[in-house]
Amino acid sequence: MRFRRYAPIAGLVLFVIALQLALSAAGAAYYFTQITMSVYYSLVALGLCLLMGYAGQISLGHAGFFAIGGYTSAFLTTHNIATSGGGSAVRLLQQLGLLVERQDLYGNAIVNLSPWLALAIAMAVTTAVALLVGLPVIRLRGHYLAMATLGFGIIVYRVVLGTAGLGEADGFSDVPPFRLFGWLEVNGRKPFAAQNYYIAWTLVVIVMLLGANLVRSRVGRALRSIRESEEAADALGVNVARYKLTVFVLSAWLAALAGVFATHYRGGIGPSEATAFKSIRYVAIVAAGGMTNLWGALTMGVLLNFLSLRGVFGSYDDAVFGAILIAIMLFAPDGLVRVPRLFRRIRKKLDGSLSA
Amino acid sequence: MDRCLLDTQGLNRFFGGLHAVRDLELRVAEGDILALIGPNGAGKTTTLNIIAGALKPESGVVRFRGKPITGWKPHAIAGLGIARTFQTTRLFPRMTVAENVQVGRHIRSRAGFLAGMFHLPRTWKEERAIREAALAILEKLGLAEDADTPAGNLSFGRQRGVEFARALAMEPSLLLLDEPAAGLNIYETAELARLITRIRDWGITVVIVEHDMSLVMEISDAVVVLHEGSILAQGKPAEIQKDSEVIRIYLGEDHA
Repeated sequence: MRFRRYAPIAGLVLFVIALQLALSAAGAAYYFTQITMSVYYSLVALGLCLLMGYAGQISLGHAGFFAIGGYTSAFLTTHNIATSGGGSAVRLLQQLGLLVERQDLYGNAIVNLSPWLALAIAMAVTTAVALLVGLPVIRLRGHYLAMATLGFGIIVYRVVLGTAGLGEADGFSDVPPFRLFGWLEVNGRKPFAAQNYYIAWTLVVIVMLLGANLVRSRVGRALRSIRESEEAADALGVNVARYKLTVFVLSAWLAALAGVFATHYRGGIGPSEATAFKSIRYVAIVAAGGMTNLWGALTMGVLLNFLSLRGVFGSYDDAVFGAILIAIMLFAPDGLVRVPRLFRRIRKKLDGSLSA
Repeated sequence: MDRCLLDTQGLNRFFGGLHAVRDLELRVAEGDILALIGPNGAGKTTTLNIIAGALKPESGVVRFRGKPITGWKPHAIAGLGIARTFQTTRLFPRMTVAENVQVGRHIRSRAGFLAGMFHLPRTWKEERAIREAALAILEKLGLAEDADTPAGNLSFGRQRGVEFARALAMEPSLLLLDEPAAGLNIYETAELARLITRIRDWGITVVIVEHDMSLVMEISDAVVVLHEGSILAQGKPAEIQKDSEVIRIYLGEDHA
């Protein structure tokens, strides 16, 4: 029982280590950058998988939460508070060790909030927005929920695109690395490539561990029961509204967390991260992974984002994800990781029509 | 023995211009099987839905063990130990039969999001208790062999059985049944009658909305006849069968 529960996670850890060793040995370390980004993106897919695949609540606005996390942290860690006054508050932050002094791109000395504080604030902002959006929106079902979350995503996109303090069309490009502790930092420069590969995967392993436990628990069953029949779940004592809101906030946290880490890793974030295309891409990934399948969402999240970042899809990138979504819905509603089952079904159909 | 488990006072509910439930004063004695009968549109299912919290009344009070529960949300009412089944069976079709019944243990267990994620010893003890209780109920109802089948793959009759098992997993003190015999053949209906009387013998009070008169007369301790939203007659099955007004309105003129 215990073994079956944790064996897949152990397998994942072994795979991650083996992949790193293989790539380093093959002198292909340049793959680390795209893999690391893909792993961060797959964190968004994991959250969306809990929300959409398990609880059955679609969100077409999850790129918005990724952007809220990334932009909040980018703003707070690049905004020079030495020039923005606020005397005693700044001194207090200084004494608490929550400020970082560094040089900007032009060699000027500036003072920023520490990324840890920025992370905390980003998560707090995400919580507030998720509750604000979630409380009214989670009462909606089906198409209405899809449209409302799409609207939310578009609002975030227009806000980051139209706000001078958020860099408008350019976004942020001077986001400092995030020193976690000691020598460990979220940093996109080459010497840090291997450790960042592990930092990203560590987050995903932790989320998989907690997520896989959650979906097999009482709460996991309650979430699936909501997906299957809200009325019946309600009649069995499941507080449908509260479960939906909680899983919505949880999935928003994962998206924002990914946004914060990816932004510090890449050293910037732009409005393209907040587009509806990005939101739909996350939905396509969860669908390709088989909807109610965290492992599928992880596999597809890493694989499809990696291919996309390698430029395999060329300038048809967004179109490819749209096509994937349509194809999955039509031909493989169980997702791509269940393709063997799909073949079995087709063969059964063929056998049936031959013998008939 | 004749303790009142649930009662309503001055209950009213409209659907547009239709007065579906009219000043209803219902009294359910603990340990009884109480049948709500009446022609279509008499307000039987509406009454059941108001008790279960799925509908709110325009006026009036619903009391459970003397405590007002009017307007409570369905999940809160379920939390009191009031279980229900639906007119059209509402299982969780893509979950296994065992999982369906395990959701029935929801109100009898506690693990939340954090407990679920960290899967600590207390949580896995609770999980084991949930699994065992669900299996025990399935065995009691002769459904154990289907435990790992997706509920949606079962025959209609067995699906109804699973819905019963799921409701019983709540260890309810009151069970509301909305036309449980609909769509069942005579053998399945006879089996259902035995099941419902067994449920009463386990100490669970039953309110049943049903059209099948032979079933109602066979198993009920008390019958309430609704007509246009209010009570036309109530009493023991034998008394109701003799009531000429009931016969005229409900069973049809030619029976009189």
